[in-house]
Amino acid sequence: MSDQVLSLNDVTMQFGGVVAVNNLSLEVNKGEIVALIGPNGAGKTTAFNVITGVYAPTNGKVSFQGKPIISNFPQGKMKKLYSGENAGKYTELIRKTPDVITKLGVARTFQNIRLFKNLTVFDNVLIAKHMNIKSNVFSATLRLNHKEEQTMRKESMELLEILGLAHLKDEISSSLPYGQQRKLEIARALATKPSLLLLDEPAAGMNPHETHDLTAFIRMLKDDFHLTVLMIEHHMNLVMEISDRIYVLDFGKLIASGTPADIQSNQRVIDAYLGVADDE
Amino acid sequence: MMKMKKNTKILLSVLILIAAVAALWYLDANKNQYSYAISILQRSAIYAIAAVAMNMLTGFTGLFSLGQAGFMAIGAYTVAILTIPVEMRANVYYINGIADFLANLSLPFWAALILGGVLAALVGFFVGIPVLRLKSDYLAIATLGFSEIIRAIIAAPQLDRITNGSYGLKSIPAFSSVFEAFFIAGICILLMILIINSSYGRAFKAIKEDETAAQAMGINLFKHKSMSFIISCFFTGIAGGLLAVFMRSIDSKTFQIALTYDILLIVVLGGLGSITGSVIGAFLMTAGREWLRFFDNPLMIGGFQVPLFRTGFRMVIFSLILMAVVLYYRKGLFGDKEFTWDRMYNFFIRLRDRIRRKTPEKGDKGNV
Ligand SMILES: Nc1ncnc2c1ncn2[C@@H]1O[C@H](COP(=O)(O)OP(=O)(O)OP(=O)(O)O)[C@@H](O)[C@H]1O
Ligand SMILES: [Mg+2]
Repeated sequence: MSDQVLSLNDVTMQFGGVVAVNNLSLEVNKGEIVALIGPNGAGKTTAFNVITGVYAPTNGKVSFQGKPIISNFPQGKMKKLYSGENAGKYTELIRKTPDVITKLGVARTFQNIRLFKNLTVFDNVLIAKHMNIKSNVFSATLRLNHKEEQTMRKESMELLEILGLAHLKDEISSSLPYGQQRKLEIARALATKPSLLLLDEPAAGMNPHETHDLTAFIRMLKDDFHLTVLMIEHHMNLVMEISDRIYVLDFGKLIASGTPADIQSNQRVIDAYLGVADDE
Repeated sequence: MMKMKKNTKILLSVLILIAAVAALWYLDANKNQYSYAISILQRSAIYAIAAVAMNMLTGFTGLFSLGQAGFMAIGAYTVAILTIPVEMRANVYYINGIADFLANLSLPFWAALILGGVLAALVGFFVGIPVLRLKSDYLAIATLGFSEIIRAIIAAPQLDRITNGSYGLKSIPAFSSVFEAFFIAGICILLMILIINSSYGRAFKAIKEDETAAQAMGINLFKHKSMSFIISCFFTGIAGGLLAVFMRSIDSKTFQIALTYDILLIVVLGGLGSITGSVIGAFLMTAGREWLRFFDNPLMIGGFQVPLFRTGFRMVIFSLILMAVVLYYRKGLFGDKEFTWDRMYNFFIRLRDRIRRKTPEKGDKGNV
């Protein structure tokens, strides 16, 4: 399929004896908003870490825009320890590092906000513009790259304006309220000009008002920046309202996938997760 | 925070600069009288380069190296070997003789200085490559080891005809004027400030703040860590080259681990992440060490000789002061902030307010 942005094939991530992600296959198509949900410890964040190259999976393959970016099979001491499936299926070894994957067009935010805490809001975004720098360190030092620097600054400022953070540009990022920090993390991710945006619990720590606004906000981002979005989220109202499709993980395994309506009526999901989530 | 007018700040900076140049001019004109002060200031300026270079690596990139003495040795020996006047060489190498290829090889001072920096950077590249891919802590261990190895190599009998082994090198031509060391230090520090404030410098800061996040922003960790390390090595090498010219005679003992600790203390004292802190720290440390010489001389009070006052005691006092700084000003004098006129201005305003509060008869009570 030509409009497949991301696909995971039989991805297993095993830490020692713990199988955090178990034989996960999923795909995200261009322009979709897809949610990845499941109880705490289900392996959602781990899946993000595999997609972005932070962890090499124990087995399986990840492709971005039709090209494999990660592929691995049990090796070394994992050969014996491996308790997942499809052990012999993959033979290729591909391991792109997180920075390369970002350059290809995958950007992410972190569940535990990872801003550059002691730097200003503006610098946080500006740093994301560094990856495409053309000038070398000598011309950058001697300020011969004035034009390029101006462009980087202009683009960063525009982003802050679009996200409504422009008035905070000189604040130290860690001094912002939680909700604004989440927004800044998104701004920073957008500054890398991604085609796929991975959001890890964007509503966590936001107040009900901010959470409510998030639906419109993510839609706006998707449309204005021509994004495809894969999102981990525990707020079911938000998930059901915004997602085109949903994948449900439990103990690392995919237990259901489908439209919000499918998922809401799926007994297995209700037992494993939704029943619990409603109590919150 | 109160702010001063921009013009006032520029005026103050220009005044300081003029005062500094005038002071140097005066010292230069009265060289003989002030040779002691000049030598303290020159050493401070040289240490300032090495301290800022270390700060760029540690305070701004979050990498910790303990190889300062080693990289300074490379710069120093390069400059020394290539600038000792050809006619003096037979005299310098009188025990073992000089290697044939070196006998007539000499470079102008500035070329030798830059070559020293480049060689230090090159060695840094080879020392850094294997360890910079690993977790950051390994760099400190590798560079510390390297620094001792370099010293052993310099003193090795096999290299006698190049480094003059344990006899060291002397007759290194002195600075051509009092200004030279300060001028070069100024340029080096300015370049490092420009790097730190460039896009590459921002990438360094991102790495220090959060490696995972930096990588998620598309920053190649290994490339930028190597870059920061190699640039730091280059300027450390330059500082070493200047030290050779300043001292006029060097041997492998000049570059013991104590030299690295000196630089480290300056950086910690001034504040990790503060360039102005490192520069001011360099002058305070170097001068402080001299002021404390007082403690090295026997002291008699009313015919009673005060105990402890003898050679070496000042280093005890010095260490105590440093421990106090580290304990009570954990972030150093400046933390990770730079000296600015605004900050200075506010400091005095606060000081004034505090003094006023203590004298309520001035009628300021109502304001408190
Ligand atoms: N680096 C690691 N080493 C060992 N175990 C890990 C590691 N990272 C994650 N795990 C384990 O993998 C499992 C899945 O964790 P993960 O963070 O992916 O869950 P999650 O679905 O994101 O949960 P939450 O909703 O709480 O964020 C957990 O049991 C966790 O302890
Ligand atoms: Mg998680």
